[in-house]
Amino acid sequence: MNLGFSIGDLQFKNPVLTASGTFGYGSEYDDFLEVSRLGGIVLKGTTLEPREGNRYPRMAETPSGMLNAVGLQNKGIDYFEKSIYPRILNYETNIIVNINGSYIEDYVALAERINKLEKIRAVELNISCPNVKMGGMAFGTNLDSAREVTREVRAVYSKKLIVKLSPNVTNIVDFARVVEEEGADSVSLINTLLGMSVNVEKMRPALSTVTGGLSGPAIKPVALRMVWQVANAVKIPVIGMGGIMDTSDALEFLLAGASAIQIGTASFIDPQISVKILEGIENYLIKKGFSDLKEIVGYINRVS
Amino acid sequence: MAKRIENLKIIGNKRLNNDFFILELSGNDKIPDFKPGQFAQVRVEGSPETFLRRPISIHDIDYERNTFKLLIQIVGKGTKTLSGLGIGDKLNLIYPLGNSFTVPFENDRILLVGGGCGVAPLLFLGKYLKLNGYNPDIVLGFKNRDRIIEFEEYLTIGEVFITTEDGSKGEKGYVTDHTVFSSHQYNRIYCCGPDSMMKAVAFYCQKNDITCEVSLENLMACGIGACLCCVVDTVKGNLCTCVDGPVFNINDLKW
Repeated sequence: MNLGFSIGDLQFKNPVLTASGTFGYGSEYDDFLEVSRLGGIVLKGTTLEPREGNRYPRMAETPSGMLNAVGLQNKGIDYFEKSIYPRILNYETNIIVNINGSYIEDYVALAERINKLEKIRAVELNISCPNVKMGGMAFGTNLDSAREVTREVRAVYSKKLIVKLSPNVTNIVDFARVVEEEGADSVSLINTLLGMSVNVEKMRPALSTVTGGLSGPAIKPVALRMVWQVANAVKIPVIGMGGIMDTSDALEFLLAGASAIQIGTASFIDPQISVKILEGIENYLIKKGFSDLKEIVGYINRVS
Repeated sequence: MAKRIENLKIIGNKRLNNDFFILELSGNDKIPDFKPGQFAQVRVEGSPETFLRRPISIHDIDYERNTFKLLIQIVGKGTKTLSGLGIGDKLNLIYPLGNSFTVPFENDRILLVGGGCGVAPLLFLGKYLKLNGYNPDIVLGFKNRDRIIEFEEYLTIGEVFITTEDGSKGEKGYVTDHTVFSSHQYNRIYCCGPDSMMKAVAFYCQKNDITCEVSLENLMACGIGACLCCVVDTVKGNLCTCVDGPVFNINDLKW
């Protein structure tokens, strides 16, 4: 059984990755699963300078999902290099750093630093975080900005560049095409959908930032539609995510054209779900008589 | 201590009053050596509206029978659903999570201060202290006499003082108004309850130079330090209530 996929010459042993901001730096899940079994993990969003993130409350439960407004809390690239990077070296899987900035120069400086870290073979360019005042989603909802930041980072980053797209746009396909033109090796989608919730008892917004990013099964049909659209429009591999809770959800994305998937919010409910989905995908392929994951990627687009 | 995810069998569901109930769970394997202050992330099945797990304190432990209890307040749909579970039903838990109350010094004069659902982690703490040779006093605050819970259990630990807001039992007023604060001298206070109560206790302790730890119950998603949703502002920056807490020294909190 071949479960592998690749982004250019970067091989992944299987298509199950964990989404940035839902899996910490991997070690948070060591008690629950063998991180090295995964196809890859995308680390918590990292910035040049340390960030404290937004004020509490930064989370609200919603039907079939949750809103978050964490705001890229992280200790910055210096701390990452010194204290986190050494801890992840032993994971036998692809480690991807999710990079963020307020200005294009931030993204470029970060990409240059991470380019020197041997273990990190890819970055996920986050131009879709809805929870920061500057940068983030602003880059991912304007075609010119998306083009420019991708171009500038591409110029300094020699390994695999994945661009994480925002669903908060009129036509996500335009953004996928633009970043592909600028040399992105892959696109991942979708980031969270902008949403909000009001605490009726307290008569105030549930989140300190009023709005936040919606994730969980509530967004899955939207995510799936966007992944299907993008997969049919670009040649680079598409990594699909958005509300994947079980094997069947993951297979929907693969059948619709995603080469791989990321598990996000589901890990909060079941910290072992990523490995369960990996096993589920393999069992599905066996049951359906396939020997290679590629046979089902985009399957629905090839049959009439 | 390694965290686990398990389906545990419910062997008891005891209703205490309109708001509170206690679930008793039987371990599959040997239950872990819980530390006072730790909690479990409890899965609520059956509704898309109870999507996330609920963090619930470990209330009481019986190592001989290999069981432990969760004291739960019905505050919303999730806890309401849990209140309807019966003997033999399974509950999915991620546990044990969080840090713990720190061990006191040998001659510390200890007071446990609890209000409402805050009495949950303090029973385990009190029994633990008693077992280890300490003699803590306990002061508990409730709305009225009908809301008093676990009084008999606390009596096994030490002297128990009660306040009720309407004066129907014990002293009238909030827990922080109790005369025990002026008639007795303590140098270590452990506190759990509503935010306003913990802040009042913290203020008192800071003024009187008393070591004080509080157990917070911030909203959380993962419970294992991955989502960074449950942060509290501290002198060390934003820390996760789930892994850096839920127990904090009040001098570290920026309230």
